[in-house]
Amino acid sequence: MSGVLSSSIGRKVAMAASAFFLMFFLLQHFVINITSIFSADVFNELSHFMGTNPVVQFALQPILIFGVVFHFVMGFVLEARNKSARNVKYVKNNGAANSSWVSRNMIYSGLAILAFIVLHFIDFWFPEINHKYIAHLPTDPNRYFGELVHKFHSPIRTGAYVAAFAFLALHLLHGFKSAFQSSGMSAKRAIKLEAISKVYAIGIPVGFIIIALFHHFNQH
Amino acid sequence: MDMNLKLKIWRQSGANDKGKMVDYSISNVSPDMSFLEMLDVLNEQIINEGGEPVAFDHDCREGICGMCSLYINGEAHGPDRGITTCQLHMRKFKDGDTIYIEPFRAKAFPVIKDLVVDRSAFDRIQHTGGFISVNTSGNTQDANSLPISKHAADEAMDAATCIGCGACVATCKNSSAMLFVGAKVSQYALLPQGQVEAADRVRNMVAQMDAEGFGNCTNTGACEVECPKGISLDNIARMNREFLKANI
Repeated sequence: MSGVLSSSIGRKVAMAASAFFLMFFLLQHFVINITSIFSADVFNELSHFMGTNPVVQFALQPILIFGVVFHFVMGFVLEARNKSARNVKYVKNNGAANSSWVSRNMIYSGLAILAFIVLHFIDFWFPEINHKYIAHLPTDPNRYFGELVHKFHSPIRTGAYVAAFAFLALHLLHGFKSAFQSSGMSAKRAIKLEAISKVYAIGIPVGFIIIALFHHFNQH
Repeated sequence: MDMNLKLKIWRQSGANDKGKMVDYSISNVSPDMSFLEMLDVLNEQIINEGGEPVAFDHDCREGICGMCSLYINGEAHGPDRGITTCQLHMRKFKDGDTIYIEPFRAKAFPVIKDLVVDRSAFDRIQHTGGFISVNTSGNTQDANSLPISKHAADEAMDAATCIGCGACVATCKNSSAMLFVGAKVSQYALLPQGQVEAADRVRNMVAQMDAEGFGNCTNTGACEVECPKGISLDNIARMNREFLKANI
């Protein structure tokens, strides 16, 4: 079994498994965030539950962090191995003749997402951890909506979020169906997934962009 | 109408030479020539001028041996689809064109000379499992005694059409050999004769593929597009399933 994870196919499947986990997380994150457009109370209630539930905080959150770190580290490991597999580059290479730009540039869209995650942690996760576990500030189940709206006051931050979600869409446009193919799904079945893949890959990032812009233009 | 072309060709005197692109001009190229015939004419021109002819691989010149290679204008086997370099014709180019001609590039395919690369990594992968162990001493069972569905037989035959030219590796941005290995694993995994040794086969072939230094597949699909035999990405997915089944 240990040999599986050191093999090319084992690593590819592990990459796909972490991608499935992250895509499921992204979907639930989106479902919670989209409520902020319709109801501050519902958003506060869901955020308070996620922020205080011990299963979420002490079981699911560490798994999520491991999943994120694993996906990035494995992505870099595979990229380094793949780069080293061609020690002399072509003088002329016409990649566009046979593959999509998004499929050839997953590492760059991934790096943009990594930069965004750093910003996102600075904006939300670190202050949240400080509030609850370091400064031990009083529990306020109604603070989340206000904090969210406040963050999107800055046009620069809002612009950075919009740009990051555009990169997320590019990453998902290839990553969604690629994860299925890596797991052994036949290309014919994967083609049938094309429509679902596009709905997810474009729908979720566009939804996040709408949330960011909505709060930017609706400052209280 | 005959064409005048500029050629930029990779010249490398041996495995340890650094190599570089060298410019050539060739006149009166017939659009009906094959690409390799054009190179033959160029070599005659170079020899007449007292130079060293360009070394390139070729054998059957009928698109079935997998020997010819060449990365032409940034694509394995050139700009056409479903063909090897020997089947590429000069009518695909225009008078005055500049054509870049490079060897297939991968760490596992080292250059021997000019445009000739060593693809014996594929042979070593085949030796680890690309076969079935059958006693052929005269008591061979009738082939029809083992019913095989037409669907499985067709898919196995499609996989078996892989000629091992290496265009998949040359094209893949990761120099991955998974289309080749996937095809070889699939052609046996789909048939009862191959299923007996399926687990060992996929484990050994993947281990050898990794040891040779090929990269990993990232599902760009470029290999399937450039493959002269149209080997499907399905074979990679099947290899992944076979590998997981064999190991978990």
